[in-house]
Amino acid sequence: MAWVLRGLRDGVVTTRYPQRPDPYGTAFRAAVEVSTSPADTGGRVEPVCPTGAIASSDGHVELDRGRCILCGACVRVFPGTFSWATGSETASADRRALVVPSGLPETGETVERVRADLARRVRRLRRSVHVRHVDAGSDGSEEWEIQALLNPTYDVHRLGIFFTASPRHADVLLVTGAGARGMTGALRRTREAMPEPVVVVAVGTDAISGGLVRSTYATTGGLLDQLDVDVMVPGSPPPPFAVLHGILLALGRVPERLPGVPARP
Amino acid sequence: MSTAAARDLHPAPTWREQVARRVAAGDRFAGLFATAEDDSSVRLSAALASARTVTLLDTTVPDRGSYPALTLLVPAAFWYDRAIHDLFGVVPEEHPRLDPLLLPLDEGDPPPRPGAPDRPGPLHPHERALQAHLAGDGMFTLPHGPVRSGVVEAVEFLIETPGEDIPHLRVRVHHKHRGLEKRFEELPIERGVLLAERVEGIASVAHALAFAHAVEDLGDIGVPPAAGLVRLVHAELERVANHLDVAMRLADAAALAVATARFGWHKERVLRLRSELCGSRYGRGVVTVGGVLAGLALPSAQAAAALDTIERDIAGDEHAAMATPSFLDRLRGTGLLPPDIAATHGALGPVGRASGAGEDVRTSRPYDAYQQLAVRPVDGHAAGDVQDRLRVRWAELHEAFRLARHAVALLTEYGEPLPLTELRVPVDVPDGRGVGWAEAPQGEVLYLVEVADGRLRRVAPRSASFHNLPLLHTVFAGDIFTDFPFIEASFGLSVAGVAL
Repeated sequence: MAWVLRGLRDGVVTTRYPQRPDPYGTAFRAAVEVSTSPADTGGRVEPVCPTGAIASSDGHVELDRGRCILCGACVRVFPGTFSWATGSETASADRRALVVPSGLPETGETVERVRADLARRVRRLRRSVHVRHVDAGSDGSEEWEIQALLNPTYDVHRLGIFFTASPRHADVLLVTGAGARGMTGALRRTREAMPEPVVVVAVGTDAISGGLVRSTYATTGGLLDQLDVDVMVPGSPPPPFAVLHGILLALGRVPERLPGVPARP
Repeated sequence: MSTAAARDLHPAPTWREQVARRVAAGDRFAGLFATAEDDSSVRLSAALASARTVTLLDTTVPDRGSYPALTLLVPAAFWYDRAIHDLFGVVPEEHPRLDPLLLPLDEGDPPPRPGAPDRPGPLHPHERALQAHLAGDGMFTLPHGPVRSGVVEAVEFLIETPGEDIPHLRVRVHHKHRGLEKRFEELPIERGVLLAERVEGIASVAHALAFAHAVEDLGDIGVPPAAGLVRLVHAELERVANHLDVAMRLADAAALAVATARFGWHKERVLRLRSELCGSRYGRGVVTVGGVLAGLALPSAQAAAALDTIERDIAGDEHAAMATPSFLDRLRGTGLLPPDIAATHGALGPVGRASGAGEDVRTSRPYDAYQQLAVRPVDGHAAGDVQDRLRVRWAELHEAFRLARHAVALLTEYGEPLPLTELRVPVDVPDGRGVGWAEAPQGEVLYLVEVADGRLRRVAPRSASFHNLPLLHTVFAGDIFTDFPFIEASFGLSVAGVAL
């Protein structure tokens, strides 16, 4: 009885996202953005990044969010070129879209094809979706962020999203980690046990590119070569809002809008 | 800040006697590290913790050679011997069970040998190198993992059982071995902190601190007092988040839905407070060698108010949980870790402290602001069951709030925002070897860092999770299947920090 009252004492703490933007998710520094007219002089920008996420040629600088671990080194050293972007909607269905600022324009048609294909596959699993997670060499924090989706602030049950123990019941596969070779077999078997259609979401920079761990004798440097990944959620780790956005994006329930990147025409 | 370690070199058999003698004399066995010296030898370093320092005792073993297994004289070395066998190919002689632990290799596969200059190519775990499942009179093995129910890290438990009780348990962690020790060797010193933060992601701050302390020990670098206070605030909030995670998992195991939701909500608020203080929900990007990269991003009054509110809300739910009979019934007498085993093994952190052991390095070998702000010891809960481990965590959680509040108050004296000179000192690191430690929420984290030609030649992290996890073998006496989630949660460990 005491617990019933305790459960009521703080009212509703649950976010309205995605119906309304959430102030915490909107203010969170979940990505780095690059100025199209870099204002820093002197010094090469590439070496400042520990994961090789930065490339430049002829004064045009690009940053690959799929490699960025948000250490902030570039923002500290070249504040005229790099800055923090706020907003948690960092996920994308296209690996190339994670490269900012250019990434997209000329690939528009391909992107549309990818999205149309995804939409066709997920049509049947819109409102009741079961999720299975597999850790393939994470540092442990991604699991905390995914688990957080079940706490009352996110409460994904309200969106018809449920976590399931059995891959046979699952529609969405969330994968984390830099691709530990010891998990290759278990990951493949889990994926094969899932009934089609399946949507795969890579959660975290480690899962996309290996992050700082990269490719070692024990890791494959991300999971994109091991699985057909539909949506990538960068971040080290990505906050729960980013993970949630990634799942909803995969299900076609929210549009893609990368922080610091103008909306698509 | 920390103390330089004494270094002696002995031939392996004498070395083992020496280590055993030191442990018998009261030193705590804190870890066994290895480094590939060159093509021809491997150096073993036993870390012994005494009153105010950590001493390293060294010996050298020929490459692919052998040494008398340390675990025969020092039982706590059981997993360390196995890990060294996997990664270096040297054989601990007469080891009672030399199963692969971190990396099951096929015959003929070269071990990765951290410390050696070469970069090994892909090594695929060889499942047949593992011991087969046990079968026998009425006994069967229940394999559980590496893909388990819930959102958890990959680990495999082999529960050997005649039916309901669990007389024997085996733990396999190799699935998520990431080869981090070799990866450290490719990084410049200042980037080592970033990888240390990812060794055990839920204890990022403690790992970054232990790494930084090792380098600071080597370079004899003292961090500014204000930086020490900032480090303390982040480290203590990490402790609060981890302890709340354990409480949440215990409540979940007992199917207390409201308690699970409440503790999950509190944990989320703590992670949000951490992100407001530094941009990261895990305190990443704060610690650097020589100090911190930034002060607290919230005004001190606001930070103090947030700490007060969250602690008050937690206390209400804590008292309710600790007065819920259906909850306590599951914790009491479950997963008993007898004090004598805890002491022999040198059990770390809350797991050790709930069984009367578990040195707290914030008190015994204080670093950063803990030299100024004393940690009050936790006492009175030494029966060693799941309930005691939770009680120790509650006491530590409130102490963490007290320390963080105190540090926030002291920080105002240095001005807001902190001037650059108070954040960090310039760093010049000579070649050599340093030892660093920090008290993570899981217990003592130890780092051995060796610098050569201004680069990281060898980094050997030892998480409290690695040291404590083998104790899981011993705590199932009389417990049954349904106790498993309680016992596992009560350890509060992370697999990432074990498998490296």
